[in-house]
Parts: sequence; C-alpha cells; structure tokens
Amino acid sequence: MGENNIVVSYLPLIVMVAVGFVFGLSNVFLAEILGSRRNKTNVKLDTYECGMEPVKTARERFSVKFYLVAMLFIVFDIEIVFMYPWAVKFRELGEIGLVAMLLFMALLFAGFVYVYKKGALTWD
Amino acid sequence: MNLQSVPLEYYLTLSAILFVIGAVGVLTRRNAIIIFMSIELMLNAVNLTLVAFSQFFGDPGGQIFVFFVMAVAAAEAAVGLAIVLALFRNKQTVYVDEVNIMKW
Amino acid sequence: MLQDFLNSAPIPLLSALATLVMLLDAMKRDGARIVFGFSVFSLTAAMAAAIYTMFLPDKTTAFNNMITCGGYGAYFDIVFCLGGVLTLLAARPFLLASNTEHGEFYSLILFSICGMFLIAHSNNLLTLFIGIEVMSVSFYILSGYLRTSRFSIEASLKYFLLGAFITGFLVYGMALIYGSAGALGYNEIYQAVQGETGARFPMILLLGMGLLIIGLSFKSAIFPFHQWAPDVYQGAPTIVTAFMSTAGKAAAFSAFIPILAVLTPESSSPVAAKIGMLLAVLSAATMLVGNISAVVQKNIKRMLAYSSVAHAGYMMMGLAAGSVRGASGIVFYVTAYMFMQIGAFILISALERGSEERYQNLEDYAGLAKKHPVMAALMSVFMLSLTGIPPFAGFFGKYYLFTAAIESGYTWLTIIAVISSVISVYFYIGLIVAMYFRESDVQEQDSRPGLAGISLVISAAGVIILGVIPQFIDKIAKSLF
Repeated sequence: MGENNIVVSYLPLIVMVAVGFVFGLSNVFLAEILGSRRNKTNVKLDTYECGMEPVKTARERFSVKFYLVAMLFIVFDIEIVFMYPWAVKFRELGEIGLVAMLLFMALLFAGFVYVYKKGALTWD
Repeated sequence: MNLQSVPLEYYLTLSAILFVIGAVGVLTRRNAIIIFMSIELMLNAVNLTLVAFSQFFGDPGGQIFVFFVMAVAAAEAAVGLAIVLALFRNKQTVYVDEVNIMKW
Repeated sequence: MLQDFLNSAPIPLLSALATLVMLLDAMKRDGARIVFGFSVFSLTAAMAAAIYTMFLPDKTTAFNNMITCGGYGAYFDIVFCLGGVLTLLAARPFLLASNTEHGEFYSLILFSICGMFLIAHSNNLLTLFIGIEVMSVSFYILSGYLRTSRFSIEASLKYFLLGAFITGFLVYGMALIYGSAGALGYNEIYQAVQGETGARFPMILLLGMGLLIIGLSFKSAIFPFHQWAPDVYQGAPTIVTAFMSTAGKAAAFSAFIPILAVLTPESSSPVAAKIGMLLAVLSAATMLVGNISAVVQKNIKRMLAYSSVAHAGYMMMGLAAGSVRGASGIVFYVTAYMFMQIGAFILISALERGSEERYQNLEDYAGLAKKHPVMAALMSVFMLSLTGIPPFAGFFGKYYLFTAAIESGYTWLTIIAVISSVISVYFYIGLIVAMYFRESDVQEQDSRPGLAGISLVISAAGVIILGVIPQFIDKIAKSLF
C-alpha cells in the first residue's frame, strides 16, 4: 500500500508533465502545418519583443540608477512576508496584532521617508 | 493527494546538498556578485531545513524564522550590492582576487 | 504588554531614538551637529534606562520569553552604550578632519548598538539571529564608510562577504538545533537538551552546536576564523575599528555565555566536557596565533587587530572554564578591554586627523613623547593595561580569567596564556619604548584631540579605576549569574 500510495499521490504531476509535453510539441508542429506560407517579411522574421522594434543589442551598460531602485525595491518588497501571516490570522491576533503591525508599518514608513528625503527616488 | 509522505530525511539531505553547493560556490568563485549569489543559496538551503523541521514538529516557529532569514537576506543583498558598487567605482573590478592591497 | 516594554526599556527606547536620529538626519540638511548631539543624548538615555532595569528580579523575561530583562543584559547594555558614547565623542573630530561627516554615521552606530542590545538580551535563537544581523549589517556599512578610500572599501567587501558566508553557517546551526530540540526558545532547548527528548537527534544537535560555535567564533575573531579581523580592522576607518573591535566583540561574547550555558546544561556530562576541551584548544590557539602574528606587524592598526584576536583568546578561557567564575571573569574582562582597546584606537584616530597615511606605522610613533607628551602617556597607560601590568584593569581581567581556568582544571591553558602574555610584552612595551626612547625627525603639526580628548580621559580613567578597585565590578559581574 505504501509504495502504491506515493505513485498515486504523484499521478497528477505525471499527468501534468505529459500534457505539457504534448501541448508544447503539438504547437510547434501545428504552427508549421496550419500557418500561412506567404508573408515571410523581415518584420515577421524579427525577434519578438512585446511589440517593440528591436533597435540595438541588449548587452549594453545601463544607468547605475536602476541599481539603486532595485536595491530599494528588494528591501521594501520583502517586508510583505511579515504582513502575510498577520493578514491570515487577522481576527485571532486582534488589537495587539493590529498595533504591532501599525508599529511595524510606521518603522517602514520612517525608512521610506528617509529614502525620499535623501533623494534616492528622484531620477535626475 | 498525500504529498506530505516525503520523509524528513529527504528534505534534510536536499538542503544539506544545496548548502554544500553554495559553500563550494563561495570558495571557488572569484566574482563578488556570484559569491553573493552562492551565499543566498546557502541561506535558502537553511530555509528549507527550517521549513522541513517546522512541518515535522507541527510548530510554526521554524517558518517564522524563515521570514526573518528572508528579510535579513534582503537587507544583506541591498548592502552587499551597494558595497560592490562602491568597489567598482573605486577599482573598476568586481573580482575579489584583485582586491588585495591589505596582506600581511 | 506595557510592563514588557518597561522591563526591556533600553531596547525599544534606543530603537525608537535611533530611527528618530535617522529621520532627523534626513530632514535637516547640514545638520550633522544636531544629529551628533541627539545621538549622544540617545545613548545616554538608553544607558539610564539600562541602569533602571538593572535591578529587576532575576530571570525576568518579556514578550513571550523572547528576551530576558535586567541583570546580565542590562549590564552589557551599559557597556555597549559606554563604548558608543566614547566612539561618538571621538568620531566627530575624526570625521570633521577628513571632511566626511554625515548623519548616517551616527545613526548606524546607534542601530548597531540596538543589535547588540538584542544579542545580550536574547532568550530565543530568533532574537539572537536578528540581533547579530542588525549589528553585522551596520558594521558592513560602517567599515566601508570612507567609500572613496581603497582601504575602507576593501575592508568592507571582505567583511561583508565573509560575514554573510558565516551567517549561513550560523543560521544553519540554529536550524539544526531547532530540529533537534523542537523549539527556538532557550528555555525549551534547555529542557530538551537536559531531558530524554534531546536525544531524538543527538548527532544533529552536536552538528548544530558546532556550526553555531563557528558562527559566533567568527564574530568574536577566534582562531581559525580570525583571518578577516586584521584586514577589516586595518582598512576600516580607525574610529569604526575602535567600536567594532570592542563593542562588537563584547556583543559576541554576550551571546556566547548564555547559549553555551543552555546547550551544555550539566557541566559534568561527556558532551559538556568535550565542548569545554574544544573551547580550551581554540582559546589556546587563538591567543598564541594572535600574539605571535602581532609581533611581526609594522602597521599599528594591524598590530592592535592581532592583539584583539589574542584578547578574544583570553576571554575564551572563561567559556572553556564553564563556571560562574569564568563567566563573571569574561564580564569583567569585556569591561576592562572596552576601555583599553577603545582608548588605544581613539588615540590613533586622534593622531591621524583625517589622513590615512599619518601614524599608521609603528615607526611613526618614535619620539611621540617629545611631540605630544600627554598622548604618549595615555597610550602608555593603554598599552600597559593591554599587556596586563598590575595597577591597570587588564591585569585583574587576566587574573580573574586565569584563576577561573585553573579552578576548572585547565592548568595547561593558563600556562599557555601566561606564555602568550609574555610574548605580547614585546610589541606593547616595544611601542612605549619607541615613544619615549627613540628620536624622530618628522616635523609635527598641531594635533589637538578636541572632543576625542574627553573619550581618552574617560577611557584612561576607566582603565585606572578598574585596576584600583576591581572588586566593585567583579562583585556586580558575579551577581549577574
């Protein structure tokens, strides 16, 4: 029973992998069969970049300001992990939980004010 | 659906392997940013251990610990990137073997 | 809830004030003077709060046993605040001289002290972890504070990469201890380790303890995890080194004492004996390596860095002893070490005056007694105390630790400690000899220490007072356990 159980419990995964393979492969072949053979213009053969025209190489140096934004994003973004469990247990935690979370948000806000006042969010 | 039947040892072994991969990465790589990525891998391996034990004991303490490890890793990432940036402005390099003015 | 805040007053108070300092710095452009004043005030307030909580009944805890209050933690709070105030007073003239005074410096010092508070008060692996990280991340930034200096940024990068690497080991150790004991709180771990439940995964527990000891050894620069210390202490701004090498080390030991007490509950058990032996060997290796490496150094900051490694070795003796005497010996030594080491580094920072070239090498100190007689005298006091010459604090620090080690049966360790102290005479007294008996033809500009003078006088006074009436602090230290 034990071994059998593990196979059974993984069955959905196996099915999903199989369906994924079939779907992916069939798309490749169906496009070849059903797709129009004409209109192979330069535009159509170009790299697809969300509808933008690719103008130059992507491997170039970009402004260090992106770095700063990315660093700030990491720091402020990760704080959501503390809010998530609180939100799940909101009722059980009651007032003390609310006060604690407000305190936490206030501290975060202080950090935000610091970042803003230091001009880290102005682009130029 | 009974995916919880994966035994504790599997998780522990997997996380130990990940941890060792991270540690080897730190010791063998020379690019500061890749070293830092390896450190992140080590921390995440630890997170896996914590979550596995937490599940095993049915005690949420381990998962809460994981939140804090993640938050600390984020803070370290921000500080670390800033340091690497300052290093690059100074020496035009991110390779740690070129950062060697202090030796005995 | 309110009672919890009152009992743990220094931590929330300083955290709030440190945040305010940060905001004040952001609000006021060119207001570094105000930020400085407010920071000193914050530390004084936190110290007052720590003294207020000092006399709480034993084993008071707060916030669901996450932290302990009063006694032990409060004593360390006072030590950290004292170190912080001494550093801040000396930092202002130092930063002004190199034209790099920003409010961030002060708020970072305050934040790192918040982390140290948490370390000293921790009663849960989680609070310990957060405290260590708050302190370390602040230190990473502080050691790279002079970001245009090649030395500073190199120190910062090395400290950061190695520190983060070791954090991985530290937190893995914590995870394994959690896995073995089934809880993160010290009290629960203590019970689990003592009872039969601890035997659930004895190997995992042992591995976890090993990794945790590695992590804390790195933070306190114990051999073989001391390699970062000379580079970081040399490269970081001198004033930051003064703070890191004293308060940072004190914080690491304040974590070591309770965690070892929790993990080795019965001092007669075979595991405890093994751990004690391991710590004794590490201690012996640390002081020998530190002192022997210091002998060959040419750079004074590097020499003091290696000497600080050696002093970590002396403090480790108290851990190896595993007795109340050992623990109280560490508490005394941390206090004495705070004054003498911070004094020596602040003196260097005052002589440097914003240049990274001046007074870096030991030769530069030749003939200092003629140029700056007061500075030379103060430096001699610190050096004599670091050596462990009787009328000064360092002597009694060593005395308490050595007797604790002998009482616990580590006579060989004490012999090694005495030998390595003798080695250390060479470079400590060598510096004094150079200052008083050698000539130098380098012309000297005016070098008034300014506010750093206050720090220096307090440090020297501390060294002498602790040396004259050691019983006072020793009594307090014993009452903490």
